Amino acid sequence: MDSLERKVRVATAWLGGCSGCHMSLLDMDERLLELADRIELCASPLTDYKDFPPVDVALVEGAVANQDHLEHIRHIRANSKILVSFGDCAVTGNVPAMRNAYGVEDVLNEAYRANTSVVVGVPVGNAVVPRLLGRVRPVHEVVAVDLFLQGCPPDAQAIHELLAALVEGRRPALEGRRFG
Amino acid sequence: MSVKTLVIDGKAVTGRAGETIFNVAWENGVRIPRLCHVGGLSDVGACRLCLVEIEGQRKLAAACLTPVEEGMVVHTSSERLKEHRRLILELLLAERNHVCAVCVMNGACELQDLAAELGVDHVRLRYRFPKLGVDTSHERFGQDQNRCILCTRCVRVCDEVEGAHTKDVFGRGSGSLIINDMGGPWGESDTCTSCGKCVQVCPTGALFSKGKSVAEMRKDRGFLKYIVTAREKREWIR
Repeated sequence: MDSLERKVRVATAWLGGCSGCHMSLLDMDERLLELADRIELCASPLTDYKDFPPVDVALVEGAVANQDHLEHIRHIRANSKILVSFGDCAVTGNVPAMRNAYGVEDVLNEAYRANTSVVVGVPVGNAVVPRLLGRVRPVHEVVAVDLFLQGCPPDAQAIHELLAALVEGRRPALEGRRFG
Repeated sequence: MSVKTLVIDGKAVTGRAGETIFNVAWENGVRIPRLCHVGGLSDVGACRLCLVEIEGQRKLAAACLTPVEEGMVVHTSSERLKEHRRLILELLLAERNHVCAVCVMNGACELQDLAAELGVDHVRLRYRFPKLGVDTSHERFGQDQNRCILCTRCVRVCDEVEGAHTKDVFGRGSGSLIINDMGGPWGESDTCTSCGKCVQVCPTGALFSKGKSVAEMRKDRGFLKYIVTAREKREWIR
């Protein structure tokens, strides 16, 4: 029996990451149907919702790499009871943070000038393309994080355990999980 | 041979005089975590993960360098020690660029495994992101300073077992680097015999065989036991 009177409000977000964590979420297959009875998905890159309303649980994939991410993660924090760093990019910075050993200028030059046959321009940040931050940061360096789920990506079993535990109001059993 | 009787984690055990707490603990099924120790090589106490509490002593002791004494009472896994070990692992992970997801040793790395075992689910310190090089000048092996934890296993195996002493430590503190000969490219080393022992003892992806992609590198320490058994016991057995 469901001990809660209403469905748990869940949102997912996609910052600087490859969306692999979201693919892994979909890997829960038929267990998604079972969770759907107990969860209301309020915002997610998997849906067309444009805004991010107050939720019980937010799963955040990706590192904080640009100005949009920075504003988005602060909004998410303010509107979430439990914020989960979802996957290695959110937890460690992972691959997106590999540029931190180099300056932003060098990285942009490498991508948009040095290795291209046609140089159109370098995105410096405007209303369309967000400005890159000088340093890619794991989510917990920017806002407080309540739970960490490592893995690149975390496997569907771990994601299910996390969501099932939060729905049941218990602490997820995620001991012994690895980075990578 | 004199025998010492002591207590490790509430269990009465015995060890030979001169034997370390670390060895006696492992012989008795108490697995003290470690990254710089590897059986068959000398110990240096570099990683500090094997720190233990000895009753009556205020300071923590590195189990790999502390000989057993009669009547010692040792604790290897108190909450305080676990917290110290987690912090040590976080320091190691923050110090260089350990990007497990794209590392040759993903899935078989001692640093990665230990972090999982001790419950490091994030790093509380700011990552340093140093700019470090990868040396692929050797015909068969590569050396990635980004993944190096400065345990010096490679330095010791090269010196103590192979007898070449190609590798050594250059610099100080977190800026230290494992170098070959006088710091030139590995492939141009006059002393390296290309035996590959350094690669096999390396706990992370800092030393690897060329041609291995992400999560493909696996290491084999069996050779070391073979050589050490042959030397110490004159038994040539696998």
